Amino acid sequence: MSEYMLLVIACGAGTYLWRGLGVAVSAKLSTDSELFAWVGCVAFAMLAGLVSRIVLIPSGALENTALWQRLAATAVALVVYFVVTKKNLLAGVLSSAAAMYVLLVAVAKSAG
Amino acid sequence: MAFFLTPMDRIDSTGSYRQGARDATGIPALVLAAGYMGFGALAAGNGLSFSGTLLSTVFIWALPGQLILVEMHTLGAPFFAVLLSVMISAVRFLPMTVVMMPLLREAPSRQPRYYAVAQLISMTGWAWAMARFPSIPPERRLGYFFGFALTLLASASAATALGFVAGDLLPPLAKLAFVFMSPIYFLLMLAGSTNDALGRAAIVFGAIVGPLAHLVTPQWSVMLAGLVGGTLGYAAHRAWRRRARSR
Repeated sequence: MSEYMLLVIACGAGTYLWRGLGVAVSAKLSTDSELFAWVGCVAFAMLAGLVSRIVLIPSGALENTALWQRLAATAVALVVYFVVTKKNLLAGVLSSAAAMYVLLVAVAKSAG
Repeated sequence: MAFFLTPMDRIDSTGSYRQGARDATGIPALVLAAGYMGFGALAAGNGLSFSGTLLSTVFIWALPGQLILVEMHTLGAPFFAVLLSVMISAVRFLPMTVVMMPLLREAPSRQPRYYAVAQLISMTGWAWAMARFPSIPPERRLGYFFGFALTLLASASAATALGFVAGDLLPPLAKLAFVFMSPIYFLLMLAGSTNDALGRAAIVFGAIVGPLAHLVTPQWSVMLAGLVGGTLGYAAHRAWRRRARSR
């Protein structure tokens, strides 16, 4: 079995641990403690750090896009999501992908 | 995977399962599918296996953790660093489950069906349930949530597979645009999800620390962004609140 597959299984079990624990202690645990507030911060920051890293310094397929293209497509997503559609997630994601495609095609055309 | 052990007719004598499935079919499933399609394409773009990527949707059933797993593994992070990061990203399920359980049952209970339904809790399903449960009679909620969440899981699994395969079928430039859907999905989820200053502070500091830590140590950057950025955000928010109070 590959390390990737082993990781998937281990991470599945590790994720379920919290869900199962939640069922077990649900009758006697208060969720508005300082510890939970800090843990929530760590989880939010982890994801935010990952997303900003992928946009700024991507690995994998996105290495074939330019920084300005990624930033422009991100701006399109934010404007469509917050300004144009008032928090329509689907519209934000799809318009950003469309913008990225248009920018990639435009650059490929002008290059030759 | 324990939900396969719970016969559906035992929790669905009233058609509540079908009602939940119907409610999920539409915007909730479609939005989630967009995120999972991007994830499938991203994993394919990182050169990972189809079976492992599809299984991650069923086993982990938490897109942030899956993204962390795929990105860290691609960068060659050690096994336990990946596992630890994914587990930290999943801690939120503890308070989410604790909050949701009393709404699913009339008295505290540890019957297997509650452990089964816990596996199906995700951000989308949880948020929907919190909004919808008040208008659903308590005895119908368990069946309703099973129907809702299993529909989400089925469409997300299909989307993962489709995204993975579509990468190969699409022209190269369209594939890149497709892969980009994944980070953008999370960016918008993060930007739109939190209305409180504490969450916003954590997001801002994490977004700054993440790329900086990546320049120093790519394999540990996700964890550093969380621990350093999250703690800085937490401390900054506390300090700011104390100052506002003493004024």
